[in-house]
Amino acid sequence: MQWKSLLAAALLSAIGLAAQEVHGVTPADLERGLQLFLNNCAGCHGPDGDLVPDVNLASGKFRRAQGDNDLRGIVLRGIPGTAMPPGNYTPEQAGVLVAYLRSLASSGAPKRTGPPGDASLGKAIVETKGQCLQCHRIGRAGSIAGPDLTGIGGMRRGADLEQSLINPDAEIRPDNLTVVAVAKDGKKITGRLMNMDTYTLQILDGSSLKLRTLKKDDLREYEVLKKSPMPNFRDKLSEQEISDVVSYLVSLKERI
Amino acid sequence: MRITALLFTIALASNAQETQNWLTYSGRIDGQRYSTLTQITPANVKDLELKWVLQTRAPAEPNSKYEATSLVADGILYTVQPPNVVVALDAVTGRIFWTYAHNPSPEARPCCGRINRGLAMLGNTLFMGTIDGYLLALDARDGHLIWSTKMGRPEEGYAVTAAPLVVKDKVIVGPAGGELGISGYLAAYSAETGKEIWRFHTIPQPGEPGHDSWGGDSWRHGGGSIWTTGSYDPESNLIYWGIGNAGPDWNGDVRPGDNLYTSSFIAVDADTGKLKWHFQFTPHDEFDFDAAQIPVLADLEWKGKPRKVVMTANRNGFFYVLDRLTGEFLLGKSFAKVTWASGLDDKGRPVRTGHSTPEGSVIYPENQGATNWYNPAYSPRTGMLYVPCWMDTWSIYTSRVEPYQEGLWYSGGGATHNVPGVRPALVTRRQPDIAWAAIQALDVKTGAVKWQFRMTDVTDSGVLATATDLVFAGGREGYFYALDARSGAVLWKSMVGGAVSAGPTAYAVDGKEYISIPAGNAIFTFGLRQ
Ligand code: HEC
Ligand code: HEC
Repeated sequence: MQWKSLLAAALLSAIGLAAQEVHGVTPADLERGLQLFLNNCAGCHGPDGDLVPDVNLASGKFRRAQGDNDLRGIVLRGIPGTAMPPGNYTPEQAGVLVAYLRSLASSGAPKRTGPPGDASLGKAIVETKGQCLQCHRIGRAGSIAGPDLTGIGGMRRGADLEQSLINPDAEIRPDNLTVVAVAKDGKKITGRLMNMDTYTLQILDGSSLKLRTLKKDDLREYEVLKKSPMPNFRDKLSEQEISDVVSYLVSLKERI
Repeated sequence: MRITALLFTIALASNAQETQNWLTYSGRIDGQRYSTLTQITPANVKDLELKWVLQTRAPAEPNSKYEATSLVADGILYTVQPPNVVVALDAVTGRIFWTYAHNPSPEARPCCGRINRGLAMLGNTLFMGTIDGYLLALDARDGHLIWSTKMGRPEEGYAVTAAPLVVKDKVIVGPAGGELGISGYLAAYSAETGKEIWRFHTIPQPGEPGHDSWGGDSWRHGGGSIWTTGSYDPESNLIYWGIGNAGPDWNGDVRPGDNLYTSSFIAVDADTGKLKWHFQFTPHDEFDFDAAQIPVLADLEWKGKPRKVVMTANRNGFFYVLDRLTGEFLLGKSFAKVTWASGLDDKGRPVRTGHSTPEGSVIYPENQGATNWYNPAYSPRTGMLYVPCWMDTWSIYTSRVEPYQEGLWYSGGGATHNVPGVRPALVTRRQPDIAWAAIQALDVKTGAVKWQFRMTDVTDSGVLATATDLVFAGGREGYFYALDARSGAVLWKSMVGGAVSAGPTAYAVDGKEYISIPAGNAIFTFGLRQ
């Protein structure tokens, strides 16, 4: 009598398990997992996951974990008797953290290509030669025309920051898009895209530095730039200078 | 000192005629919540239509009502969704520009829900208190955090729920936590850096005047919280603020004395925080009668002479008019059924007839008061103060000896509720002999009730008055009304489907006037049909 339903239950749980192991992970999940990792784990494990002695989260294998459930257990309960702390995460947060650990383990952390950098030299380049503050804010200095770099080191890995400098067109994050619009009267408007819908674009106007809404009906045309308005620094700074700048950006962990 | 000058212009602008912006909690630094916009009138108010709705991300927790007054500057509306999520949106279309989510510490223990009453603004900077005891400054253009100042330990119950007040180059605010035994204060912070500039102890510390109004050690956890916004008079440079209840709330026996400056208005110098005068509405409070009401400043003709006054309808059931330069008591009159006092003496001190007792005493009004933090509005045109009132309510007040323990409720007893106190009920079957609500129009020269707009369920809604003799207000039932400021007649109403627990905002963009009100978990914005 019971065996049929037992079997069904076993089958279901097997399917459930399999589904759990391979469940659809979206790029957005991985991005949020990365953010959580950088905010909560990178302080010990490093942004690339290889700073704790004998532990390399990007090596493809875990010493203390087999499946996702083990990883989830480590994330939530820590590893008693070691420096690995328990964490107060929602099931959803634990899920994307584990997904991120998985992706890190399977593809490894992207590596910086340049020589080791010096953060204090990098700071000077950012503030002078690089003219970065003409477009970016860091703390209370700089402009709000471009993305805020305050705390960027807690949100991006070194390799990603390096890419932003030497290959800015490669990836533009949805938060960092620029709109160029031409009004019916021929006026050109450039700004950061804050939001958009069927009828309107919300921008931070690049010249007035004010928030404003553009009605699409009032525009002759508009374009969300696919190329970055940021200069490519590959030709403007030496390899060493790029590395110095990246090291400085990596050091920017404070959110204020 | 560019910032100072800038701030001053802004502060003054917020009292100016024809202003299209709403730059501070009450819309004006005098606390009147009176809009000088004139496009929406008694004749056309019936043509108001919904322009946009902002739905918040998720249903609020049961107690976290949407209490924030929206600010509007040059077409951008700024609001705070509970607990501490700032949203900047287009005031014409409702589309969001940015959000900033402060993630409060799990140690936060606000008494009455994870709520926030709104922002302050100076130039391009927004200021927000957080329920885990911080004051934050954000860039209004992109939500970037500029500074963060810790005002108190959340573990001890310090929470910042009031909208701060910007005065010149300072941000003025203090912590809530009167049910958790905090020691309250009002403080000024540099708008530029967040550094504390002055602090006024609402519970006088040893050596300070008024300290002897607390028997023994009782001052240590005396409460005196700040949880609503004050007002400012540029001419005298005085800041007026309402101070919360004494702790423990319902057991006065353990704190002999008047317990200054709880349940009082204080007037302090804006530059130094030095006390100019105080007026205590409920000395030795045993009913949780915070004076957490908005001080409303006005220049009146009083008995034939011009007089600068501050007015308030107090939670304790009496309406007061005081001279705002000296604190002199000019008028006091009850506006709801009151049994804890038989009246006020000629200095305005209550003649006490009831106490909270170990066996419990039935006393009017109920613990939430005859009115509360919901802002009133004053129209200089009609000379009336419009007050959201809870009518014919009572509680059984019981006192108990309760030791102070950090982070725990320190109330010394309890009060019964015939009306759900903090959290609106889904349905109302209560009959009016138990409690009802009214927007009451008080003649400020006599305290007489000129008209009364009755609602079946009670209200936590603030009120807005306009220069076209309109009064906007709502209630827990989910209606939002436009009333005739002279008669109280309903000229327009809209069912917004959730309790109104915030004050309305009036603003204009591109010459068009809007009226905006949070209700339930959303903001509703109305304008005239085109
Ligand atoms: C305070 C420092 C610290 C923080 C923060 C920290 N870890 Fe760890 N973690 C360690 C240490 C040390 C170990 C090695 C423990 C041992 O096995 O001795 C470890 C081990 C691990 C392991 C096991 C590795 C293996 O090979 O099995 C995983 C997985 C892990 N951490 C993930 C995380 C994640 C995810 C976070 C953030 C949510 C995090 N850690 C935060 C210190 C930390
Ligand atoms: C002319 C304006 C301009 C200048 C100068 C400029 N940037 Fe940018 N930067 C941008 C814009 C616009 C973006 C967003 C588009 C993108 O991602 O490429 C951006 C993106 C970035 C990002 C990626 C941000 C993220 O969220 O991942 C980094 C990092 C960065 N810039 C660093 C720098 C540094 C360092 C310098 C100076 C060496 C610099 N930028 C100079 C305009 C500028």
